[in-house]
Amino acid sequence: MNPRRVVITGLGPVTPIGVGVAAFWNGLLEKRSGIRRLQAFDPSYFSSQIGGEIDGINIGDYVPKSYRKAAKIMARDIVLAVVAAHQAVRDAGLRTRCLLERGEADGEPNVDSTRFGANIGAGLICADLPELAEALSGAVEDGRFSFARWGAEAMNNLTPLWLLKFLPNMLACHVTIVHDAQGPSNTITCGEASSHLAIGEAFRTITRGAADVCICGGAESKDNPMALLRQELGQRLSRRNETPAQACRPFATGRDGTVISEGGGLVILEELGHALARGARIYAELVGFGAGHDAYIAAQPGPPHPEGRGLRVAMQKALDEAGIAPAQVDLVASCACGLEAHDRAEAAAIRSVLGPRTEDVPVMNVKAGLGNNGAGSGAIDFIAAVLAVHAGVIPPAFNSNPVDPACGLTLPVDGPRALPVTTAISTAYALGGGQNAALVIRKFSA
Amino acid sequence: MQANVGRGEPVDRGTSMNRRVVITGMGWVTPLGHDIEEVWRRLLAGESGIAPTTIFDARTFPTRFAAEVKNFDLRRFLGPHYEQHRTCSRNSGFALAAAEMAWRDASLDGAAGLRPERVGVYLGSGEGPIDFDNFVAAAIAGWKPEQRALDAIRWAQVAKQRLTAVMEFEQEPNCAAGHLACRFNAQGPNFNTLTACAASTQALGEAASLIRRGDADVMISGGAHSMIHPLGVTGFNRLTALSTRNDECATASRPFDRTRDGFVLGEGAGILILEELEFARRRGARILAEIIGYGSTADAFRVTDMHEDGRGAIAAMRGALADAGVGPEEIDYISAHGTGTEENDKIETLAIKVVFGEYARRVPISSVKSMLGHLIAGAGAVELITCVLAIRDGIVPPTINYREPDPNCDLDYVPNQARRVPVRTCLSNSFGFGGQNDTLIVRALS
Repeated sequence: MNPRRVVITGLGPVTPIGVGVAAFWNGLLEKRSGIRRLQAFDPSYFSSQIGGEIDGINIGDYVPKSYRKAAKIMARDIVLAVVAAHQAVRDAGLRTRCLLERGEADGEPNVDSTRFGANIGAGLICADLPELAEALSGAVEDGRFSFARWGAEAMNNLTPLWLLKFLPNMLACHVTIVHDAQGPSNTITCGEASSHLAIGEAFRTITRGAADVCICGGAESKDNPMALLRQELGQRLSRRNETPAQACRPFATGRDGTVISEGGGLVILEELGHALARGARIYAELVGFGAGHDAYIAAQPGPPHPEGRGLRVAMQKALDEAGIAPAQVDLVASCACGLEAHDRAEAAAIRSVLGPRTEDVPVMNVKAGLGNNGAGSGAIDFIAAVLAVHAGVIPPAFNSNPVDPACGLTLPVDGPRALPVTTAISTAYALGGGQNAALVIRKFSA
Repeated sequence: MQANVGRGEPVDRGTSMNRRVVITGMGWVTPLGHDIEEVWRRLLAGESGIAPTTIFDARTFPTRFAAEVKNFDLRRFLGPHYEQHRTCSRNSGFALAAAEMAWRDASLDGAAGLRPERVGVYLGSGEGPIDFDNFVAAAIAGWKPEQRALDAIRWAQVAKQRLTAVMEFEQEPNCAAGHLACRFNAQGPNFNTLTACAASTQALGEAASLIRRGDADVMISGGAHSMIHPLGVTGFNRLTALSTRNDECATASRPFDRTRDGFVLGEGAGILILEELEFARRRGARILAEIIGYGSTADAFRVTDMHEDGRGAIAAMRGALADAGVGPEEIDYISAHGTGTEENDKIETLAIKVVFGEYARRVPISSVKSMLGHLIAGAGAVELITCVLAIRDGIVPPTINYREPDPNCDLDYVPNQARRVPVRTCLSNSFGFGGQNDTLIVRALS
C-alpha cells in the first residue's frame, strides 16, 4: 500500500535494568527487577516509597566533548533522552556528528542531516525542587513569600537559562543538536501514549517522503518528589514497599497500583531503500499505526473507558493499515501498568480486537521489573516487542500470577519462551487524558 | 504530504493523493476579545491588547505587563456542558471555548456522516499554570538553608496537605486535547505537541497530514497557552527575552522596529476545524480556505539561539512551498513569527530574503504579536486564523508600533495601518525556542 516502507534499524533503551540493547534484553530474559526503595530522595513520607532508578549515568560518555557543558541545563528527562539517542544511533550504525566527534565512528556521515528527523515524547518536566526552593526561600519575608521581593531580587538567584531546563521540546532540541538532525522535529506530550504517538508520527513522516531517517520514542523521569506526589494524589501507586521487586503486578489478581520510574527509549526508523543501501541490520518492519481517544470522562484524574474504547480504535486502525487479520497476530506487547481499571480496560480492548484469537496469543509486558516512567515507557515496551520479534523469544512476564480472570488474557508467565513471532502489536494508553496508540511490526522480509 | 525537497524525486502520496484539507470553522480567545469578527476588527484597527499585569502581583518584576485575556467566563461558552469541564486549567478552558466557537462556526453539530473514530484532535497546547501559592508554601517549608538541601519529608508534609489531585493532573499538557475529545466525542487520533512557540503551527500541519493520509476526516486543531504566571514570567525574564518597557507597555511589542527590546507575553487559544475536502462538500460545509503546504525542521544548532543564517527557518519555508507546489511569488502575504526580539526579527527577515529573493521586498509581511503579544504554544493557530480572514476580506493586518526602521529588517512590514490587497495565498511562520521551525501555507479554495 505504501511504496515507501519503513524499517527499524536501531534501538536505544535506557532502563533501570540496563542501558543499551544487550543489557536490557538480557535483563528481561533473566527476569531482573530494577525496582527498589528510592534513593534519589528520602521517600519516607510517601505511601509509595519505591521506584525504578538508573545508576551511574555520566552524560560525558554520550555527547561530544564540546557539548559537555550543556549538561548543566539538562533536566534528568533530557539526560535520559540524550543517552537513548547515543545508544540508538550507535546500534543503527549511523555515523552522526556525535559519534564522529567522539571517535566512535570513522569517515563521513552516512545520513543526510536535512533528511534526518526527530520525534520525541516528553512529560511535564518537574522543576529541580532543591534549586527552585532555595531561590524561592530568598523571597521570604516574615515567614511568607513576598512577590515584591521575588520580582525585585530573589528571582535572580535562578540561572538565566533556568526555563530551558524544563521545556518539553528540549529533549528533541538537545538530541537534534548532538546528532545534527535537521529534518522534521516534533515533541509529543501525551503521557504514557507519547512514545507510540511519536513513533507513529515519525513513521508517517518517512512514508510521506519528508525524511529518510527518524530518531523517535520518548523519555521521562518521575523519580522526584513532585512527580511521586502527583502519582500518589492520583492514587495510582503500589504500597508494597517491603517487596519492591514484586510490587508492580500487571494483569495479576491483587495488584495495587503501578510504580514510578525513570528511563526511555529512542529507535531509529529508516526508509527501507536507505537502510538497504547502507547495509543496515534490520530488526523488523513497522507496518501499522493507529491512534484513538476514549472520549469518556474529561475531568482529571479520571478513569479509562471501561471497555478500552480508544485503544480498541487505535489497535483496529493499526491492524487495518497493516492489512493484518486478528488471526495473524502472534504477540501483543501490552502497556499493562498494574492498575486494576486500566489493566481491565486494556484487556477488554485486546479481547475485542482479537476475538477468539485472544486465547492463543501471548500478551507480554515488561513493567513489573521496570515501573512506569510516563512518556518514555511506551518506547521501552516497543523496543521489547521489536527484540521479541527479532529474536523469536518472548521474555517472561513476572508478577502476573495468578492472572486476573476478569482480564481473560494468556500471559507468558513462565519463560522465556521461544516462539516464532512474525507479527506483533504494541499498545499504549495515557493513564490520564484519554490518548491511546498502537503500532504493528512484522519480521522483515524483502 | 511533504515533497522530497530538493531531491527531484516524485512525491509519494500513497493512497492519499487526492485528499485535500480545508478549513471550515474557526474560534479564538485572545487579549483583544473572544469573537472572530470583533477581534479581527480590532486587529485591523491596530489596537493593542497589552496592559499592566493583573493575574499576579508583578509590580517589582522586570516586566510588569502582558497581553491578558479579559472577562473570560468558560460557563458562557459551554452552557450545559460546563459541569464536566469546570475543573480544567486556564489553558484548557481557552481551548474549550475556542473549540466550541469553531465547531459551531463549522456547523458540525449533528452533521451527516460524522463518525466519532474519524474525528480527531491535534493541539499544540501548553501545560496548565502551576498551583503557585501552594507549591511555594511546600518549597519554602522543605528548604533547609543550613544544609542547603531540600528536606523531602517536610516538603511532602506540606505538599500533601495543600496540593490537590485535580490541580496537579489538569496541568498535564495532554489535558486540553482530552477535554476537547470528550466535549465533541472525538474518538479518532488525539495528539498534543509542545514545541514551544511553534507548537500550534506544528499541530495544524500534522493534523492536516493525518487527514491527507486518511487517518481522519475531521480534525479539531490549534493550540492554547498561558504562561502569564509568576514562574513563566520569571523564566522569560531571566532569559531577558521579554520587553521591559514598563512605562509604555501598550507600545512595547515592536516587531521589526529598531527599538524593539523583546516580546510581550500573551495568552489565549486558536482552534480551527480541518476537514477532508470531499467530506466537507458532501455535508455542504462552508469552506474558508485550504491548507496546501507544511514544512517542519530543526535548527540543530544551539539551545539558546537561532542559527545565524536562518538555516532551519529557510528550510521550513522551502519545505512548505515545495509541499504546496507553489513558487515564492505566489505568496501574497506572510504572517511572520515576528516576536519583537532582536534576534528573531533579524534572522526571520534574512531567511525570508533567502527564500523569496527579490520578491521579498514586495510581499507584505506583518506580525500580529505587535497587538496580541506572544501566545507561545497558541500563537501559530491564532496567526493562521488571521491569514484565513485576510484571504476572505482582502486586507492584511498591520504591524503596529513600527516607527524606526532597522537596517537589518528592511522589508515591508505593513507598518501601523492595515492594508487592502488581494490575498489568495498566505504563508505563516512559527519558530520555537530550541530551534523547532514550522511553516504553513493556506490558500483560497479553487
